[in-house]
Amino acid sequence: MNRFALAHARTIADAAARATTTVADAMTAARSNATRPASLIKAGGIDVLDLMKENLLAPDMLVSLRDVAGLDTITEAPDGGLRIGAMVTLGALAAHDMVRRRYPALAAALAGAASPQIRHVATLGGNLLQRPRCWYFRAAAFHCLRKGGGHCFAISGESQYHAIFDNRPCAIVHPSSAASVLVALDAAIELVDADDTIRRLPLASFFVAPGRDTERENDLRPREILTAILLPPPAAGLCTAYLRQGERSAFDWPLAEVAVALVRNEESLCVHAVIVLGAAAPVPYRAQAAEAALLGRRVDDNAARAAARAAMEGATPLPRNGYKLPLFEALVHRAIMAAVAETL
Amino acid sequence: MAQSRNADGNGVPPVGGPGAVSLALTVNDITRTVRAEPRLTLAEALRGPLGLTGTKIACDRGACSACTVWLDGVPVCSCMILAIEVGQRRVTTIEGLAEGERLHPVQAAFVAHDAVQCGFCTPGMVMSCAALLAHTKQPSADAVTAAISGHLCRCGTYPHVIAATVAAGAETKGDGP
Repeated sequence: MNRFALAHARTIADAAARATTTVADAMTAARSNATRPASLIKAGGIDVLDLMKENLLAPDMLVSLRDVAGLDTITEAPDGGLRIGAMVTLGALAAHDMVRRRYPALAAALAGAASPQIRHVATLGGNLLQRPRCWYFRAAAFHCLRKGGGHCFAISGESQYHAIFDNRPCAIVHPSSAASVLVALDAAIELVDADDTIRRLPLASFFVAPGRDTERENDLRPREILTAILLPPPAAGLCTAYLRQGERSAFDWPLAEVAVALVRNEESLCVHAVIVLGAAAPVPYRAQAAEAALLGRRVDDNAARAAARAAMEGATPLPRNGYKLPLFEALVHRAIMAAVAETL
Repeated sequence: MAQSRNADGNGVPPVGGPGAVSLALTVNDITRTVRAEPRLTLAEALRGPLGLTGTKIACDRGACSACTVWLDGVPVCSCMILAIEVGQRRVTTIEGLAEGERLHPVQAAFVAHDAVQCGFCTPGMVMSCAALLAHTKQPSADAVTAAISGHLCRCGTYPHVIAATVAAGAETKGDGP
């Protein structure tokens, strides 16, 4: 790692005032002003230190959020939902009683992420803001589109772990498993700037697709801190599931993952359906054709199979990732059936 | 940039580095002061200035868990933690498990079950298995498998590690360390 100074921020405004740039901007030659010192936020540090060790990032200063009070707590919101501080670790969140009881799909996604050691340090905020795991992006030798270069090496190269939807001009998949479930649960996020101004928005609209900008995955601004993730109270009758498939059963990135959130009315007809695919697209991907296939219907095996087929509509697989289509189709079917088996 | 600045009382955060600063680290119940740049990881601080080379560095990216130590009793990858951020938290390394010549039950079980081949992953494996035993009475093989899911062993000692830890759990009747 390069030499850098470390500042222990005391307050959110403190930290925001010092965060002169985002990780994404600091990694893009066109956007970073090399003559101006770059100062970045550090939460758990799992991703930022990794990028620094790979010589992809060389900040002059890291601003640690470790000593900022109130960022690592989980509290019940007045509306019955949950307010999760951005510095809550994946391990603490997965083990939290209310998360396990009321948001079991989120607990399942978190428990399957990384290793116990990483989950004890990695934060939910850092998990949502981590850079993609594309091996071309992570290798300093490849000056790819996402780092300000002119070419996506994955589209014509080793694309087996890459996107099957919305994969032009860059084919990354979003790296956060938690993000898929949080989008399915209609989570919102809170961002605070140096003036303590709060910006609140749905998590789903925070993510940035390559069609809009290839050099960042989200809308985080310089001098802005992600402070909390807000979960609405579970709707009456809400049933959820999260399933993943990887090459290894533990400590591996998913090849495919599916988060499902369904509500059925008293006639057992589906009145709310959100189906989110992870490891499928550059942002958590809403399978809207699959959702439409379930709405107004009784959720039985036939409906789940039809929805799973519909989920793959519009896929544009690359030369080495066509295997993901049957994999996702099977997982969507199983996740829908797992969700409805859970309640009612 | 100054080597070290303190808070001026106006909410400006204290800044350390980029040069070496003095850090007090409590490792295996002994507090020692070392000089370290902010970029020094806990794993490097342990193996370098503190001379505790039982903790191994292999991948240096949190991907193999060879560097596992406890922070306040919780297993973490010491290669992904900055020494300057450890603060008051207690660090426990493989050197801190045995009581004098008396091995920790997990260490003794690793010997009895031949759970070591080249030995490079072993200190980390032992730290994860001992942490499991501290919190789980008589863990199942599945619980051990989950506890060591972050560890890579190129020799393939996994089945012996699992057998050793299950046996150690059965013998200790769930008493914590």
